[in-house]
Amino acid sequence: MPAAQPAPLTLVQPAADPAPRTIVDIHNLTLTYQAADHPVYALSDVSLSIAKGDFISLIGPSGCGKTTLMRVVADLEQPTSGAVTVNGMTPEQARLKRAYGYVFQAPALYPWRTVERNVTLPLEIMGLAKTERQQRAREQLERVGLSGFERKFPWQLSGGMQQRVSIARALAFDPDLLLMDEPFGALDEITRDHLNLQLTRLWLSTRKTCIFVTHSIAEAVFLSTRIVVMSPRPGRILDVIDCDRELPRERTLDIRESPEFQRIAHRVREGLMEGHSYDD
Amino acid sequence: MTTKKALPVAVMALAVLVLWYAGAVWLNAPLAADALTRAGHDWTTADLIRATLAMKRPILPTPDQVALDLYNSLTGYPVTSIRNLLYHTGVTAGAALAGFGMGVVLGVALAAGIVQARTLESSLLPWVVASQTVPVLAIAPMIVVILGNLGFTGLLPKAIIAMYLCFFPITIGMVKGLRSADPLTLDLMRTYSAGTAQTFRLLRLPASLPYLFTSLKIAVAASVVGAIVAELPTGGQAGLGARLLSGSYYGQTVQIWSALVMAALLSVTLVAAVGLAERALVPGGRGGAR
Repeated sequence: MPAAQPAPLTLVQPAADPAPRTIVDIHNLTLTYQAADHPVYALSDVSLSIAKGDFISLIGPSGCGKTTLMRVVADLEQPTSGAVTVNGMTPEQARLKRAYGYVFQAPALYPWRTVERNVTLPLEIMGLAKTERQQRAREQLERVGLSGFERKFPWQLSGGMQQRVSIARALAFDPDLLLMDEPFGALDEITRDHLNLQLTRLWLSTRKTCIFVTHSIAEAVFLSTRIVVMSPRPGRILDVIDCDRELPRERTLDIRESPEFQRIAHRVREGLMEGHSYDD
Repeated sequence: MTTKKALPVAVMALAVLVLWYAGAVWLNAPLAADALTRAGHDWTTADLIRATLAMKRPILPTPDQVALDLYNSLTGYPVTSIRNLLYHTGVTAGAALAGFGMGVVLGVALAAGIVQARTLESSLLPWVVASQTVPVLAIAPMIVVILGNLGFTGLLPKAIIAMYLCFFPITIGMVKGLRSADPLTLDLMRTYSAGTAQTFRLLRLPASLPYLFTSLKIAVAASVVGAIVAELPTGGQAGLGARLLSGSYYGQTVQIWSALVMAALLSVTLVAAVGLAERALVPGGRGGAR
């Protein structure tokens, strides 16, 4: 691959509604890292702003930098250039203030802790009192439909249930922002549908801002208010699709049969294919 | 124990006994034949076999001779008597456990240092490894002499030699264990902005426990070996090592074998105790199943 930078493709967000507060603001973000023999452009000139209450999906093929983008927002990865603010702070300040909850691809539960004590882990680190911790854990476990599993160990639960525990854990300290990195990627289709439905209800009831990384077009269209389509190497934003205008906020699984849903899915697919033609 | 488990255990025990008796007959036969010939009578193979199994100073004593000696030693004298083997076992166990305790502290401290400070890995670890290439049989008398000069006798020199043998597997296992935490779970701690101490206490330490207990089982058995080896050059009056030594001075092979059996029983008991502690402390008992 030639080292020359490709022409930047910047998308200015239409400032249609001035009211919603911007939670995440990404400006001309570039991230390169040195692989064995050549530099890898993980992200190239990415700009995106995310308003409070948004459900944003980042979709793209493997290696398009969608996970990297989210890890930059979470201060788990340092950008080469560009600016990111989270709640008006740098990602590091936001991380130190525990502004976001992160749900990883794998549940990453601690096998030596019960389900309840997995959920209370961040609260323990924050120094909350034990009774308060337990009460919050119970609330969050109820929210993800896992009441009664407090005393179980993670390995006694199915994969879908484990991932729900990890969502409860991310919600336990009540962050404004929820970052989810392909949380349902390893689950079967039926479990995934079920969890998508649960997640959209959870989002509606908590009004959290969500950033969601996925491979699945159907999942992205079903969950999102906006879909960000990305292209691989260098990771760039190809298209930002607003789903909120055509799809209602409250969604059921049947919506996937509607022409509006199909139209958006088609546009996402076209965007992805456009990105792929770069490679061939 | 279920019958399914009992059968293979019984078969294995029986096989060991049969081999042991066969070995006794084979090894003792030349001496026994000499003795029979010297007695001047004609003897048959049956006489020979009977003689090999009932020698006073056999090359290899039979299981029943060892069992009888053990029984006499354990029941013939009070536990506080120097003639009771349990007394000697207690002396050795005390030194082994003291050394094991010191070894755990040293081993875990070294491992924590190596994991937390990268520079220690290259500066300290080679010395730890080098320490184990020196045969304990060579270094044990020196430690005993040096400590004796400093005025330390009795339990401490023995415990230090036991520690010398058992800290190594603990350090190695613990370094691996402290680093065994999944990168994802480390990222997770970072998203909670947990400090180094919190990450160590809440993640690295519990993640290392399955590795630690595996090491502890090796270490506790090694500490018994260390304590016994340490009792050889001390010329100690008490301890299983002292019994082994006096047994070999006087050609009391039955006594040697009784001491060996007691040493094996002591190790098995200690390893089992570590296993029980593991069950109590590592929930799920699945060794980090995810």
